Amino acid sequence: MKKLAIVPAYNEEGAIGGVVDEIRAFDPGFDVVVIDDASADRTAEAAARRGARVVRLPFNLGIGGAVQTGFRYAFDGDYDIVARIDGDGQHDPAQLSKLLPVVLGGEADVCVGSRFAGADGYRSSGVRRIGIRILARTVSLLTGQRLTDTTSGFQVLNRRAIALFAQDYPHDYPEVEAAVMVHKHRLRLAEAPVSMREREHGSSSITALRSIYYMAKVLLAVIVGMFRRSATPAEGG
Amino acid sequence: MIAGQTPLKVSIAATLASLLLLVVVFELIRSRRLRERYALLWVLTGIVLLVLSAWRGGLNTTAGWVGVETYPPAVLFAVALLFVLAVLLHYSTVLSKLSDQNVILAQRVALLEERLSSESTPEAEPERAPAEAAAPASPAR
Repeated sequence: MKKLAIVPAYNEEGAIGGVVDEIRAFDPGFDVVVIDDASADRTAEAAARRGARVVRLPFNLGIGGAVQTGFRYAFDGDYDIVARIDGDGQHDPAQLSKLLPVVLGGEADVCVGSRFAGADGYRSSGVRRIGIRILARTVSLLTGQRLTDTTSGFQVLNRRAIALFAQDYPHDYPEVEAAVMVHKHRLRLAEAPVSMREREHGSSSITALRSIYYMAKVLLAVIVGMFRRSATPAEGG
Repeated sequence: MIAGQTPLKVSIAATLASLLLLVVVFELIRSRRLRERYALLWVLTGIVLLVLSAWRGGLNTTAGWVGVETYPPAVLFAVALLFVLAVLLHYSTVLSKLSDQNVILAQRVALLEERLSSESTPEAEPERAPAEAAAPASPAR
């Protein structure tokens, strides 16, 4: 079974090395590909020095475009399992042990690490937390499945989900729309409680004013998306 | 002072036109011919025009604010024009970004092609040869 860790990174030269090391420490069987989203710093060099494969984008595509590059890499490389881990160090690769069994056991095609599903509290600034809640509620309503954290990028996916996302993945702020896509394509989505770390380096790419823009954009996309006839997911292979 | 009233037929026609705009935008997004990122301004345009067309009291009040006393629907034209200007300006920034990215892509492709062609014909690179000739001195060989 071929396993790949996709690590999108934008200006994370301080954190990326540690993330790559931690993935290797968790399971050396994982190939690691870092998608450098046209960083201005030495993210790509830092990742390559720790032995990760590095895909450098020619210009900044945003998180959605960067992650989809990883899914295309996984699809072309015939990987069976993908773990998505952010390059800023807020996801602890050791906690993949909570997500992997759900997908490997066939219970779900996508398993998302949720900050809110468990008892372990997650502190986030007020506005962002409310935004995350509103989006989670909307998606729960549209999919008829209770989801607590639709903005988490900490995910494990199987071949069917890789095939879908290699072909079609939302832009900008993709996790919310992706959750609806998964539902529309009749794949199974599950959540597992994880705890996340405070950001070690850099700052979140989403500021207060932009959150409003993203909220409007994502809600528009999600609502229109529900009226879309879904293509049948391409069979893996 | 009392502002003029909007004729009912104007309100009905403008409401229908705004609705048509919203439906067309929705259908374009649904069929993936318009990205949400670029649709947002159009959706906002449609909603503002719809509100001003259907809510006759609102249009008359707005007209009073900006000093249009005789013919309130003129405000509809002004608002529509303003939004079209905003959309056009937005397009100019998008176009600028796209042309920058296009230059970067063309350069990357050209550099990759050059690297591929020089790898397939190694003798075309005279600088590499002396370095390789020096290699056998290493004890590994």
